[in-house]
Amino acid sequence: MAISINLRKGLDINIRGAAPVSQPLPLMPARCAIVPDDYPGITPKVDVKEGDKVLAGTPLIHDKQFPDLRIVSPVAGTIEAVVRGERRKLERIVIVPDAENAEATVELPAKPTDATTAQRMLLDSGLWVQMRQRPYGIVPRPGTEPRDIFITSFDSAPLAADWEAFVSDKTEELTAAVELLKRLTPGNIYIGVRPGSKLTGVKGAEIVTVSGPHPAGNAGIQIANVKPVNKGDIVWTLDLPTLLRIGVLSLHSKLCSDIIVPLTGCEIKEPKYVLTKIGADMATLVKDQIYGDGAHHRIISGNVLTGIPVGKEGYLRAPYTQVTVIAEGDDVSDFLGWASMSPQKMSVSRSFPGHFLKKAFCPDARILGGRRAMILSGVYDKVLPMDIMPEYLIKACIARDLDRMEQLGIYEIVPEDLALCEYVDPSKLELQKILGEALDYMYKELN
Amino acid sequence: MTTIVKALRKYLDRIKPQFQPGGRLHAFESVFDGFETFLFTPTTTSRSGCNIHDSLDSKRVMIIVVLALIPCLLFGMYNIGYQHWLAIGSESFHFWELMAYGFCQIFWKLVVTYAVGLGIEFIVAQWRHEEIQEGFLVSGILIPLICPVETPIWMLAVATAFSVIFVKEVFGGTGYNIFNVALVTRAFLFFAYPSRMSGDEAFIALKSTLGLGEGQVVDGFTGATPLGQVATFVGDKLTLTNSVGDPLTYWDMFIGLIPGSVGETSTLCILIGAVILLATGIASWRIMLSVFAGGFLMGLIAHAFETTTYPATMLTALEQITLGGFAFAAVFMATDPVTAARTNTGKYVYGFLVGVIAIIIRTYNNGYPEGAMLAVLLMNSMAPLIDYCVVEGNIRRRLRRLNSKA
Repeated sequence: MAISINLRKGLDINIRGAAPVSQPLPLMPARCAIVPDDYPGITPKVDVKEGDKVLAGTPLIHDKQFPDLRIVSPVAGTIEAVVRGERRKLERIVIVPDAENAEATVELPAKPTDATTAQRMLLDSGLWVQMRQRPYGIVPRPGTEPRDIFITSFDSAPLAADWEAFVSDKTEELTAAVELLKRLTPGNIYIGVRPGSKLTGVKGAEIVTVSGPHPAGNAGIQIANVKPVNKGDIVWTLDLPTLLRIGVLSLHSKLCSDIIVPLTGCEIKEPKYVLTKIGADMATLVKDQIYGDGAHHRIISGNVLTGIPVGKEGYLRAPYTQVTVIAEGDDVSDFLGWASMSPQKMSVSRSFPGHFLKKAFCPDARILGGRRAMILSGVYDKVLPMDIMPEYLIKACIARDLDRMEQLGIYEIVPEDLALCEYVDPSKLELQKILGEALDYMYKELN
Repeated sequence: MTTIVKALRKYLDRIKPQFQPGGRLHAFESVFDGFETFLFTPTTTSRSGCNIHDSLDSKRVMIIVVLALIPCLLFGMYNIGYQHWLAIGSESFHFWELMAYGFCQIFWKLVVTYAVGLGIEFIVAQWRHEEIQEGFLVSGILIPLICPVETPIWMLAVATAFSVIFVKEVFGGTGYNIFNVALVTRAFLFFAYPSRMSGDEAFIALKSTLGLGEGQVVDGFTGATPLGQVATFVGDKLTLTNSVGDPLTYWDMFIGLIPGSVGETSTLCILIGAVILLATGIASWRIMLSVFAGGFLMGLIAHAFETTTYPATMLTALEQITLGGFAFAAVFMATDPVTAARTNTGKYVYGFLVGVIAIIIRTYNNGYPEGAMLAVLLMNSMAPLIDYCVVEGNIRRRLRRLNSKA
């Protein structure tokens, strides 16, 4: 039985600098880094020290509470640095890939035959930490059994990578991955696809056809419209590249840490796809790619809505599969900006002429206003296709009112689902941060 | 132009350090910040979450509302002059003379309300070390527009100060208030100085200003607003008249050449404002529509049960929504997003009840011909309750889903 959902709420932000789908350019990074902050729910314990030789798949970090949860090295090489910040918080582990044989991999477990070995395989290969669970948007806890597993096969964020374009000949692998995941849940494996997708050929999964604007590609939105998360439910989510990695591991016993990334955004000279490694350094990725126009640039690992500004010294962060470069905008002088009728201004408000133009914009990183209390009402609702009242949920989050958060559906949502709300908010509130902190707080209080 | 802007930017950058902590003028930090962000969009970039933001900010939101009020303000000026010249028995009405007279009457009221209101906002912002918030930009123009033209300026100042402090600032500033600031100002005046807020003297400027509009008030003059006439009417055949006794047509009432509070006589100009607010999507069409629907429906009901005990029942539903402050309240007051219901379903209920209650108060309580003001204030206090019910609906739906699974 095929499920089809049609979302009306949401918003496709039209930004210049999309990468046309083409053969990706291979780029071996000069360095790779693993950042534990990218794996929420993990308390990192370091397994390596500076100077150690590692192979692709060597565990670098394990979790304090669940030692089975491990983050592995994406490449073979040498540990260059274990960087710690304030109060010795682990910030990142940097690996320099081996010049000759960066692909050398540790010995991998055999093909799984039951739930236990399947779990073992994902944990040992480090693929487990690439999945997320709802509630809380954290790495799934080992030993839990999810109600269902949701896989989103497309990213609907601005300028996002077209994942499906690179898996057209991988149906067998994807089917193998679905088979493996099926061992881990008594429920269904759902794959959210765009209408007309070829992924309908993947066997064993429930295909959910999703039409409508962003955030249609967010797994959370698909869950909410297919089978919402209730209190007590656990649902796992993953994206298509992760599913493919699981399939490759399951079918060919190969650990794949390749990642196909589009370099996008207004400030990229020639947007294109590159083939690189998980955790690749930005210095390699954007080298000679950015306009040298003297403007300040913001180099984002991820898309403009949820991505992290990492700068040129930063790294490609999990779980993002995209690099966006936009202008920072802190050097722009915008006289009487609130009165502007310039068609260059991007807005969902009909008070800007730009709203009516069907063109692509070049926004910068300014918040374009001052932070205020929530004044206009109903702004968030228009871009959140879930049965959730975002204003009230946010207020409950700010008040740290756990009962209210639960009643208003916090289990169903993660920060990325609120990204568009944050974008359109005329009061410029940091909604993703507010929700993220509330989720952390809730997890600490209830677990 | 660009050189002037650049010079201005340079000048601001030069004097900025004086306003920062440690600087000579640091007591005016918020004021400086207010002016700086007014002149130049702040260059703050996002620190977390979204890397880009929509261009709409609260400054633009407020300015659009002010813009939508301009037709009412301009017409109000003209009408002040028109009513004056009508009262002194003039036969000819010179447009610019009327406008100039009206301008003189309203100008100082605007200046004083803005000075008092913004002054308090500036002080509070500095005290709290916050940015200045824009809410009063709208309240400051609304207040003179909803008061009778003869309101003494000192009363406006007192009422504005009361309202800004006790209705807004004590609750935390723009966005946190329960009641509409401008309407509380009006209500304060209405209850504190009732003799100056109603009756025949309040709504028409009779004195000459700067040599403009010299003349004696004609015999048989009455300055009562149409609703004032209704409230004091005894008999069974109601005819509304203007201040010199000529009967009023629908057209007069729609255009707004009738006595009344400055900005709210012209339904036409209010509709122009409504178009601006709805076209830009700043005000909620749900609220506006349902206020008119509620008022019209209640007007129909009241008119269907016409009785001489309550003379306002003799007004047709259409007259009910064109007269007095009803349309103004529907477009500019009920739609204040902070004090109205915030959920979509809630907005329909809220708006509808504003409309119904406005007409009920106006019709069945002769003491308060201006029901719209009281209706909006009453519903301001009910809006959180309405929203509560809507939110409970969402919560119950979630709970049912959970229970049906178990």
